[in-house]
Amino acid sequence: MQRREFLNLLAIAAASGAALNSRDLLAATKPGKFYELPRFGNVHFLHMTDCHAQLKPIYFREPNVNLGFGGALNKAPHLVGEHLLREFGVRRGSREAHAFTYLDFEAAAKVYGKVGGFAHLATLVKQMKASRPGALLLDGGDTWQGSATALWSNGQDMVDACLELGVDVMTAHWEFTLGAKRVQEIVDKDFKGKVDFVAQNVKTTDFEDLVFKPYTLREMNGVPIAIIGQAFPYTPIANPRYFTPEWSFGIREEDLQKQIDEVRSKGAQVVVLLSHNGMDVDLKLASRVRGLDAILGGHTHDGVPGAIPVKNAGGTTLVTNAGSNGKFLGVLDFDVKGGKISDFRYKLLPVFSNLLASDKSMEALIAKIRAPHEAKLGEVLARTDAMLYRRGNFNGSFDQLILDALMDVKQAEIAFSPGFRWGTSLLSGQGITREHVMDQTATTYSYTTVSEMSGEMIKTVLEDVADNLFNPDPYYQQGGDMVRVGGLQYAINPLGTQGKRIAEMRLGDKPIEASKTYKVAGWAPVSEAARDAKTEPVWDVVETWLKSKKRITARKLNQPRILNTQGNRGMA
Amino acid sequence: MKRREALKAGGSLALIAAAISAGVLPQAAFASWNKNAFDAKSVNDVVKAMGGSAVEKSGDITITAPDIAENGAVVPVAVSSKLANVESISILVEKNPNALAAQFDIPAGTEANVGTRVKMGQSSNVHAVVKAGGKYYVATKEVKVTLGGCGG
Repeated sequence: MQRREFLNLLAIAAASGAALNSRDLLAATKPGKFYELPRFGNVHFLHMTDCHAQLKPIYFREPNVNLGFGGALNKAPHLVGEHLLREFGVRRGSREAHAFTYLDFEAAAKVYGKVGGFAHLATLVKQMKASRPGALLLDGGDTWQGSATALWSNGQDMVDACLELGVDVMTAHWEFTLGAKRVQEIVDKDFKGKVDFVAQNVKTTDFEDLVFKPYTLREMNGVPIAIIGQAFPYTPIANPRYFTPEWSFGIREEDLQKQIDEVRSKGAQVVVLLSHNGMDVDLKLASRVRGLDAILGGHTHDGVPGAIPVKNAGGTTLVTNAGSNGKFLGVLDFDVKGGKISDFRYKLLPVFSNLLASDKSMEALIAKIRAPHEAKLGEVLARTDAMLYRRGNFNGSFDQLILDALMDVKQAEIAFSPGFRWGTSLLSGQGITREHVMDQTATTYSYTTVSEMSGEMIKTVLEDVADNLFNPDPYYQQGGDMVRVGGLQYAINPLGTQGKRIAEMRLGDKPIEASKTYKVAGWAPVSEAARDAKTEPVWDVVETWLKSKKRITARKLNQPRILNTQGNRGMA
Repeated sequence: MKRREALKAGGSLALIAAAISAGVLPQAAFASWNKNAFDAKSVNDVVKAMGGSAVEKSGDITITAPDIAENGAVVPVAVSSKLANVESISILVEKNPNALAAQFDIPAGTEANVGTRVKMGQSSNVHAVVKAGGKYYVATKEVKVTLGGCGG
């Protein structure tokens, strides 16, 4: 790096009040040993998950609210900021600290630059595969959804990019929202002989026949191994059932045990589950099934620096979660001697675009994918004064922007926006492009709804989602965040029982009345009736609003009053 | 061809209809209909109507049902039991207007393993009541019925 660039960085850091010292700044610009990860053992898994179709480098702010209660209290993944750094021995101000936490987000993002991007990820994958002969690249799903180009190409851009990246095995969740037929077309044609699409928990609704291969058996450096697939168990509930009407999902713990026993009996010495359960479900599952060496997990977008060992009747199972948006690549090495695992190493490597050269052939593919849409994607609709992000249990500034747009454009007193965990972040001063809006809204069912809802129904909705987030049994959680709410204020007691968590619902200075009706705007409905109404997609509503404003001032986050969080390390 | 298509092609519905009209299905099933039990509103009332007084929790009964229902209108519930001398298996949905959803008589020597689909309007405990050796045993599992959406 040139001295001038370094001084520039210093100035940026100073101006933004970042808690970074000159050593960190210098490290910011030199790859040094950051990606030097010596090979360990003889069985190697590279794990990416939940990239949500982000082909280009992006910013992504980790949450400052990720509450856990009961058995999950103050344990990974329910640790944020300093608490997470302390648990995993990460130094504040360091490059890793920026990757794993929200701390000093804007200042650090300016110093360390963007993360992810398939061209940079490809370089890292190639580097890891070169140092680890036989290594397999596993994709945990939520890969074909989350961007404009993925939506417009019906997932084809991501399918092509994954083939180019060299994905070996995959499972899924949002992929299913392209419809059963499209998923099968990709599995049977594009992926044939190249990528194993595995899911032991997707069965036909009539005879419970397996829809996909439950697992794949391989041999790596002379060691027989098995990778079992676990798709998102609640796909037909969290997303519209009409996309996969003839398929049934679920956790299917007993079926999983049978599959593990089967691959073990076939000689597999290392057995891993490629899972889209979400980390809390994975941690419980790991305590109950025998014979899994590791669960490589996703869905809940938890960038957890370490592998969590979980004891069960059969021994110990490691549980990992590899974050989201192409920001991380997990590297799990096992040393297998005499048919048994003797030791392991796990590292969740952040993908810093500035430190990894762009892979030329991937770069060319991405350029080709984007070329027809580049002008449309890049159009600046407005400029934001403040940082925009989504992650957090209750609200994010980009969600607030969507809520504000819905209430304004639809003339509604209350708005709901789903607690999705995908969506990229923007720094203050950035132009909000059409691509950014699609990053937050691109689904196959982003219809806008306007309805008259009774106060009672509004409470039912909030209670229902709250239970999906805070049910003390992880098997009853769906892994999204709380529905974002505009206009309406409320209090939430996460420790309350089902139906009894929400209180103090108010609109302005008036309490919400159970029998009164309110005009509520929302989007991403799951019913067929809402689909058939063919209403305006939410990205059009947001675009209309952005263009009318041109400059977006800092949003005032509408957050509920949250009870019983004293001492909870999932909140900062 | 898949099994499902094969069955469609084979006109399976017609076969079942024929079986019913030919009286192949046991008439006894209808004769032993316990109206009081099916009209009962609570779990205790159902057990009383079936002739029992006390119910004992049992670890020898397995309920297979989803943790969260994919479709509240057709929730698959299966019950199996390792208890000796099982006489009947009943499936109860606590919060349904009428708790008893199904009752199966298990003839001597039959494997105690039944399954059906029940309708559920809201999240509820699902109970499997097994009558074995003249006594009543119960196992319970919560099944959530949610509005859906808002996930991941």
